[in-house]
Amino acid sequence: MTRLPTHSKENTMHVELDEPKCVASGQCVLAAPEVFDQRDEDGIAFVLDENPAGDTLDAVREAVAICPAAAIRLVEQ
Amino acid sequence: MADTLTSSGTGPGPSAPVHEFPMPRAAGCPFDPPPGLSAAREEGPLAKVRLWDGKDYWLLTRYADQRAVLLDPRVSADLTRPGYPLQAPSNGKNNISFILMDDPEHARLRRMVTAPFAIKRVEALRPAVQKIVDDLIDEMLAGPKPVDLVEAFALPVPSLVICALLGVPYDDHDFFQENSKILIRRDAAMEDRMAAHGKLIGYLDELMGEKMAHPGDDLLSGLVARVQSGELTRTDAAQMGVLLLLAGHETTANMIALGTLALLEHPGQLALLRDTDDPKLIASAVEELLRYLSIVHGGRRRAVLADIEVAGQVIRAGEGVIMPNDIANRDPEAFPDPDRLDLTRDARRHVAFGFGVHQCLGQPLARMELQVVYGTLYRRVPGLRLAAGIGELPFKHDGSVYGVYELPVTW
Repeated sequence: MTRLPTHSKENTMHVELDEPKCVASGQCVLAAPEVFDQRDEDGIAFVLDENPAGDTLDAVREAVAICPAAAIRLVEQ
Repeated sequence: MADTLTSSGTGPGPSAPVHEFPMPRAAGCPFDPPPGLSAAREEGPLAKVRLWDGKDYWLLTRYADQRAVLLDPRVSADLTRPGYPLQAPSNGKNNISFILMDDPEHARLRRMVTAPFAIKRVEALRPAVQKIVDDLIDEMLAGPKPVDLVEAFALPVPSLVICALLGVPYDDHDFFQENSKILIRRDAAMEDRMAAHGKLIGYLDELMGEKMAHPGDDLLSGLVARVQSGELTRTDAAQMGVLLLLAGHETTANMIALGTLALLEHPGQLALLRDTDDPKLIASAVEELLRYLSIVHGGRRRAVLADIEVAGQVIRAGEGVIMPNDIANRDPEAFPDPDRLDLTRDARRHVAFGFGVHQCLGQPLARMELQVVYGTLYRRVPGLRLAAGIGELPFKHDGSVYGVYELPVTW
């Protein structure tokens, strides 16, 4: 099967989290639990999977949209 | 419009009509934002409103603009800043901790209390919350009917949960609920509000004194440890305790009671919840009810520190902005057919918890409590119905958090 260009592009997306901006709302963990978790000591988020793909990428896009502090970015590598 | 005044030119802009704020809801539409607010949104992204102080402020009507401004570091949540739209003359006389501070101090204090609200920590509490909910329903079903759902269920659930989390004895609930009620009433006299706040601060301070001697595994003991290490003053710690206690039960209690009323008035939607044990549908129902009801209805308020532009209009440093999340959550550009309650829609992007760095700290706990409540109450009490006409119910038009004072129900 021919690989769609958008698919290969999505495979190179990188998740960036601006930790000082994080307000520990937990929204990203709810939206994309495979990609985000929170530190035990203060609930501040960290990234579990920096290069998500497929459906997980859609979940990360949702996390980007609902993060109240605009602390998450998806960038092309 | 009847509430249109002529601008005195003291605030933003020279000549547009000014509406008084807050605005009344329409009789017979207890779940909808005031019609004046919805009309303002239809007229444009910005309107001018006049508050109790006779001064004019900017009202932001749209979802996208509200989110952008709530994220903007050039606006301040500090109510001592020039232009801040105070809710009432008594506003600002009591320090209610970091919700009225800006970063970096806001972030420093907030991060001291975020750990217990992390998703995993909150999930670990779910079985205990389920037991609280089941026990209260057992008790209600064994007792006389009709019953006031607020007193028998809606208030005890979040009160018991926040007490356990903070380490506050639930037996004292009459005392702190009575004083919380005064604090969140928009029309409470300044002296009454200050007295209630003083009592709560004194209570928390005394409790933390006890925890200094006998620390436990609770949030207040954690704050006490920070006082002892010098990171936090004892006064700051007591203020944070009051904030969490207050925010922890008033908001969720109102979502339980008003949410139940909204579902009883939308039987098709209620049936969806009653007949499911799908956690995804229950979670979606919680988000939709948060969006639809938007109970924090006084408008998020900020003072502008440096000129910003909103929808092509420059808002100057020293002016104040009000962002009613209830109309943002009914913005058709963000939510198609926004006035329809639809538990199956994806409503996660709502701003019922606010937006920006001040977005609700306790939201994971509130979500989990509401998921347990909405997923249990109607299933276990399938015949639940109102025991009074909806027109007779006392709504909290005067509260900074909307809801019902009483909800007589039977089954």
